[in-house]
Amino acid sequence: MFIRSTTALAAIFLLGAAPSSQAADKPTDPQIAHIAYTAGVLDVEAAKQALKKSKNKEVVDFAKDMVRDHEAVNKQALDLVKKLKVTPEDNPTSKALTKAAAEERAKLAKLKGAAFDKAYVASEVAYHKQVNGALETLLIPSASNAELKSLLETGLKIFQGHEQHAEHVAGMLK
Amino acid sequence: MMSRRHLWVALALATGAAPAKAETIEVTIEKLVFSPAKIEAKVGDTIRWVNKDVFAHTATVNGAWEVMIPPKKAASLTVKKAESVDYFCRFHPNMKGHLTVTSP
Repeated sequence: MFIRSTTALAAIFLLGAAPSSQAADKPTDPQIAHIAYTAGVLDVEAAKQALKKSKNKEVVDFAKDMVRDHEAVNKQALDLVKKLKVTPEDNPTSKALTKAAAEERAKLAKLKGAAFDKAYVASEVAYHKQVNGALETLLIPSASNAELKSLLETGLKIFQGHEQHAEHVAGMLK
Repeated sequence: MMSRRHLWVALALATGAAPAKAETIEVTIEKLVFSPAKIEAKVGDTIRWVNKDVFAHTATVNGAWEVMIPPKKAASLTVKKAESVDYFCRFHPNMKGHLTVTSP
């Protein structure tokens, strides 16, 4: 969890605070779309791992909620990029998120039972917190298309809801 | 022909005997917001949540009741007792509403 958070955060700062001479200090709409979509896909993958490994009802229910919501929001995202004729563009933030998520999955793969449940849910709290921060401070303010911005705002509310839901499940596992 | 007095009595019975008609109070859910957030109802009224989101939501009162509201669908609850409660969505606990039910 720590590794994932720091790597991805570093990547987000890379985009946000690059003191470069380029005008492109902030991500473009095609990059933002890619980051948001990737963040959703990674959470679905994490949830699918939990569905395979966990036997705890609260954790399994939570993971199912994650799959359902993130697939729904990503379907909307795909429909929107198609409509806007935007091609999502890979970028350092998406790459760092993907790399960090793969590391986290490998770490979780070694755990079992209650240890897995706790680590997965803690990782979900941290992950949603981190993505919320990026949405609030970087992605939403940088989005230039109004429809993309609106979808990101809905995404932020979904993610904030998931963060609270994950915190609630974490509390029950104690 | 019915006398004026009889007519009056019949009318009084007809209106007085019928209990206050139960109403349906509609709450729209859009972009993870219950709207209106605060509603008032009388015992016997029905609350109808209309979910415009592509996400499933719930209207939940911890330890009391829960209404599941599937994406793009509506779900209803007929309120049976006077109470004033906060409710929320179990999937997205940042969604909050308040329901006040009074006796008719």
